[in-house]
Amino acid sequence: MTTAVNESAPESAPGGAARQAAGLPRLLPALEQDDLRGHLDRYGPPPYRGQPGLLIGDIETSGLTGRGGAAFPVYRKLAIVARARGRKVVVANGAESEPASRKDELLLRVVPNLVLDGLQLAAEAVGATEAHLYLHSAATPEIARALAERSARGLDGLPVTITQAPPRFLAGQESALVNRLAGGPARPAFQPPRVSERGLGGAPTLVQNVETLAHLALIARYGPRWFRAAGTDAEPGSMLATVYRPEAKTQVVEAEIGTPLRTLLSSGAETRAWLVGGYHGTWLPVPQAAGLTLDNDSLAKHGAAVGAGVLVALPSDRCGLTEAARVTGYLAAESAGQCGPCLNGLPRIAAALAELAGPRHRQQVRADVERWAGLVTGRGACHHPDGTVRFVRSALTVFAPEISLHARGQCSATSRRPFLPLPDGIPTSDDDWT
Amino acid sequence: MAQTLRVNPIDCSGHGVCAELLPELVSLDEWGYPIVDPRPVPAALDREARRAVAACPALALKLIRG
Repeated sequence: MTTAVNESAPESAPGGAARQAAGLPRLLPALEQDDLRGHLDRYGPPPYRGQPGLLIGDIETSGLTGRGGAAFPVYRKLAIVARARGRKVVVANGAESEPASRKDELLLRVVPNLVLDGLQLAAEAVGATEAHLYLHSAATPEIARALAERSARGLDGLPVTITQAPPRFLAGQESALVNRLAGGPARPAFQPPRVSERGLGGAPTLVQNVETLAHLALIARYGPRWFRAAGTDAEPGSMLATVYRPEAKTQVVEAEIGTPLRTLLSSGAETRAWLVGGYHGTWLPVPQAAGLTLDNDSLAKHGAAVGAGVLVALPSDRCGLTEAARVTGYLAAESAGQCGPCLNGLPRIAAALAELAGPRHRQQVRADVERWAGLVTGRGACHHPDGTVRFVRSALTVFAPEISLHARGQCSATSRRPFLPLPDGIPTSDDDWT
Repeated sequence: MAQTLRVNPIDCSGHGVCAELLPELVSLDEWGYPIVDPRPVPAALDREARRAVAACPALALKLIRG
């Protein structure tokens, strides 16, 4: 485990020698920003294969999975786009729309050239004719500088077009991204067809998270065996996680997949519960979950998934019910409002959670939530209702004792200060989707 | 060839015509949006299913293979 810390000095982690054998840190060896000269000294130019298709076998052997949340095998999307003819598009997705995630922002700041290498190598692998970078902000100074320096050196096979994502939770979803790149609102579309078959302007479109592309750039250099020296058989390699703990600054950590969660999160009396996988993720009770590891095989046993790597240890002085209700209100407001069940169900679920988090509640509220949860699941064009329900149901299970306390007008928390981060203002008008 | 009903939830605006024409396979939730039986359409309901698809004002109901 290696730790990159926002706004404070890096911490070193125990077990350094063993980690070194697995080659960690891989993505974040330098915590200061790497300019192109430093990047070329370390890695050399992007190892282009000379023609499309050649890198795909190595990516398949590496077992690389997407790091944006869905953990889909990367080679499969590459292969689908590669076998199409004509105009093809590749997009690096850096629109980290999960409010609690900071890893893509850090990656783009510290190693922009590794991400851009990955974008160009993926573009070559599928024979793309267009390359895009999708970001939550306008081009940052680091990105603008990297693109200019690369262009001056002639390193990039394709020019890169930057598109800014609106500050919405769903803006990074693949089909929403394609809609935004086409000039429309960043709202999800009904699929199929998948964007890898028919994406931007009808062209097959490869969308990969920026961290995924950085891993791809390293696999292209060091090979699949090197990549598989870390991680699990099913999910090789390392991943970036954003970690929240009591009494600690938010950290972006590069961890081997399969790392015990208790080495990343606190599990003592200062911790009330864990939230794994972000706001579409799963609350876990600490004593029962303490043996889990950071990989989808392990987490699936508890109905959880790695997601985009948001890991939270909620401090014991906070009310989990209050935190969950606050986030659910945000998720309801972030419905794209396109699908009836999501548009109608999520605000009702959010209001019910707010009632449960308040003092006393009507008897039927829990049954209402359960019924609405069933009604919205699987009935959206995207997974927003399903992810929201996973978050809500796990909260109701893990914080069941707290619900009983609140029903009697009590609360076990001693601090009212919000812990889980949310954007400052939640936009509501239609303009905010572009 | 067995076919299955599928609603495009973005196009659907909850008119409810499908549930009226095909109550055997479509019910409405408490907000008026269709809940469609995910199993293949039985041969005996083939004609009614086609009628429901054709009658959807939002063109949101489709019959797909498999």
